[in-house]
Amino acid sequence: MTVTYPRNLQYTRDHEWARIEGDVIRVGITSYAVEQLGDVTLVDMPAPGEDVQAHERFGDIESVKTVSELFAPVSGEVVDVNAALESSPELVNENPYEDGWLITIRPSDQVELEGLMDAAKYEEYLGTLDG
Amino acid sequence: MPNALRETALADEHRARGARLVPFAGWLMPVQYAGIKKEHEAVRSRAGLFDVSHMGEILVEGPEAVAAVDYLVTNDVSKLEVGRALYTTCCNEAGRILDDLIVYRLEDEKVLVVCNASNRENIVAHFAKNLSLGTPWNDVSDAWALLALQGPKAVEVMKALGAPQDVLHLPYFHVIRTSLAGVELWVARTGYTGEDGFELFCASDDAVRLWRALLETGASHGLEPVGLGARDTLRLEARLALYGNDISEQTHPFEAGLGWVVKLDAGDFIGRDALRATKAAGLERKLVGFEMTGRGIARHGYPIVADGKQVGEVTSGSPGPTVGRNIGLGYVPLALAKVGTGLGIEIRGKVVDAVVVSTPFYKR
Repeated sequence: MTVTYPRNLQYTRDHEWARIEGDVIRVGITSYAVEQLGDVTLVDMPAPGEDVQAHERFGDIESVKTVSELFAPVSGEVVDVNAALESSPELVNENPYEDGWLITIRPSDQVELEGLMDAAKYEEYLGTLDG
Repeated sequence: MPNALRETALADEHRARGARLVPFAGWLMPVQYAGIKKEHEAVRSRAGLFDVSHMGEILVEGPEAVAAVDYLVTNDVSKLEVGRALYTTCCNEAGRILDDLIVYRLEDEKVLVVCNASNRENIVAHFAKNLSLGTPWNDVSDAWALLALQGPKAVEVMKALGAPQDVLHLPYFHVIRTSLAGVELWVARTGYTGEDGFELFCASDDAVRLWRALLETGASHGLEPVGLGARDTLRLEARLALYGNDISEQTHPFEAGLGWVVKLDAGDFIGRDALRATKAAGLERKLVGFEMTGRGIARHGYPIVADGKQVGEVTSGSPGPTVGRNIGLGYVPLALAKVGTGLGIEIRGKVVDAVVVSTPFYKR
């Protein structure tokens, strides 16, 4: 695999990325997840104010072919959701790390952040997935 | 470890073009190349080339070939002229669907039956059991490759490749022997996309040559390779049934909207008595098309609800890239089958609104 992943992000085994932005965490899915999904057609997300739990489902993302669950990288309260995805879900395909972000979370437990992988670890992890 | 997956003669061509290969009915098949939406659009507006060599082909020969196949299927093969094809179901004694097939009368005493990859073993066994001993037949699925060239530019691509006039003017559901790019093949004006197009049957050994010639010549006409992902969205928009989803051994042709391929009065066939009784008893449920009016995508197996109760099940569902809506098929009680009827689709515990619409969703 020749794709490299942004160094300024942290990653989960469920292929979400997290970026620390002050006191919130911005969350999206990785280009690996995007590749697996294909054309994204619908993203189902929580409303601002809802609580999410680390490693638990917080929403669903659908491509033409399949539906996949979205898992929160950390626990906390949803601050913001990417409203642009409602009319333009393809932003997730086009730019998963910027315009295609999903939600921001105000983490309830800073310690959980330490459980995330850095880019090098994530790349190593991906290497174990494709047989 | 899963059982070893079979590969078509074109598997390396797919890999070379960056296709994503996935298991399908025991085969490793390309699900997409450039992306399902792009490929879908290519077929609707230009042309797409599919490798569907995983499908099963059975050749039945001899003076009894036509009568023998006629007894195995619900449609009337006895009047099928040489060079023509028909769509049919193949039912068991109970009148339930074993498979849907296209039957081609290639020659006076040579009939080709094309079945779904997922049913190949079943259908071959069914034929073996029910064809009389004096009727030679052969499962040629491995020896034959099948390519589908589909889309409004399909004729232009064939022309550019030097196809003769009789191929270019081949009417819908006709079949003819010809040669193309130095490859001997049967060309049929059939397909599974709702577009004009051809299906090309050649020897597996010639498949790479034909595939490359088509893609090279077709490139300037916008021809692209297309995977099974777009094949599914294309067929759904055209409301073509998918075996295992919309029809199965639990369904009969009448409720599936396929009564038009059941010819009860055209000679005996397996399942005829049961189907006659089924027809006399009347339908209880019907396969209908619906589109989502709420925000959500219906998928195979999701419950269809009305007044808080489950009344049916989604058999196929996905976004319809050309129609621009989320569409689906499912069985509902007759009382709920009328166009305009509101339904609920239960999507992961949440009921989302849908409405019964007329089909096909897309018509060229």
